[in-house]
Amino acid sequence: MAEGFDISQIQGIIDAGIPQCRDIGVKVLELQDSGVTMSVPYDEKFAGNPVSGVLHGGIITTLIDSASGMCIYVKLKKYIPIATLDLRIDYLKPATPHEELRAFAECYRLTKQIAFVRAVAYHTDRNDPIANSVSTFMMQSTKSKPLNKQTVDAGDKS
Amino acid sequence: MTEMSSENFLQVIKEAKEARNWNAFSQYIAYFEYLGLDVQEKEGEIICTLPKNKKFIGNPVLPALHGGIVGAFLESTALVHMMATQEMTQLPKIINITVEYLRSAKLEDTYAAAVFTKTGARVVNMRVRAWQGDRNKPIATASANFLVS
Repeated sequence: MAEGFDISQIQGIIDAGIPQCRDIGVKVLELQDSGVTMSVPYDEKFAGNPVSGVLHGGIITTLIDSASGMCIYVKLKKYIPIATLDLRIDYLKPATPHEELRAFAECYRLTKQIAFVRAVAYHTDRNDPIANSVSTFMMQSTKSKPLNKQTVDAGDKS
Repeated sequence: MTEMSSENFLQVIKEAKEARNWNAFSQYIAYFEYLGLDVQEKEGEIICTLPKNKKFIGNPVLPALHGGIVGAFLESTALVHMMATQEMTQLPKIINITVEYLRSAKLEDTYAAAVFTKTGARVVNMRVRAWQGDRNKPIATASANFLVS
């Protein structure tokens, strides 16, 4: 467990301050230095294929982007403003309708300016992934206050 | 709208194309409806709009749209462009997408348009660009591959 981070605190920040994550039901399952796990429930209104009911890739993108950013905070053991530079997703197989989707993300290289992250999306088995992702993030992207210091105000506005 | 056969959906796409009623896609694809995706043809170009909505915020302080939503919008624009312009015998399947985030996406209407870089018999490669106020200042671009047969 990273110092100063606990699941309910992070969940509170997401629910109060990150409208898109709250809206699709992102939950924090695990926060380890070695990686974080988050989930999103299945919802018909996020289907991308009217024939099969399979979730749209956009939901997978949002879940992976969220988990990828979070694993950097956990590794750093602090919040600093970060911004996604690029994110590649390979869709390995369709998600199964009506099943919760999970993403596991790990920051495998951290420099002063850039963080390198890999992530997988899956239902129950990380070794049987639905999607694989690599992404890079820019550190200290803005001069704004860290996220845990702002969500009280921001939560009111959203 | 999940109780629909593949043939029915391809027929819906065909009819939408004949009527040039591009917003018909959003009526059948639930996630497009969630995005509020608006599709218009302007001077022969298919342009998608992601309307400003607070539920898309990922950074409450700037505020900025969530990177996942921006990626989702680019992927959706690519799919719309393909449905609107290509003859299809099956629904295209996305293989992969790479999104480059260039500027923070403000809480404003966002626009996107796609172009084909190659339309092969099996794989179609596309580039997509999204912008807000100024089309010459893209907020994000993407390159995506779709399996079409």
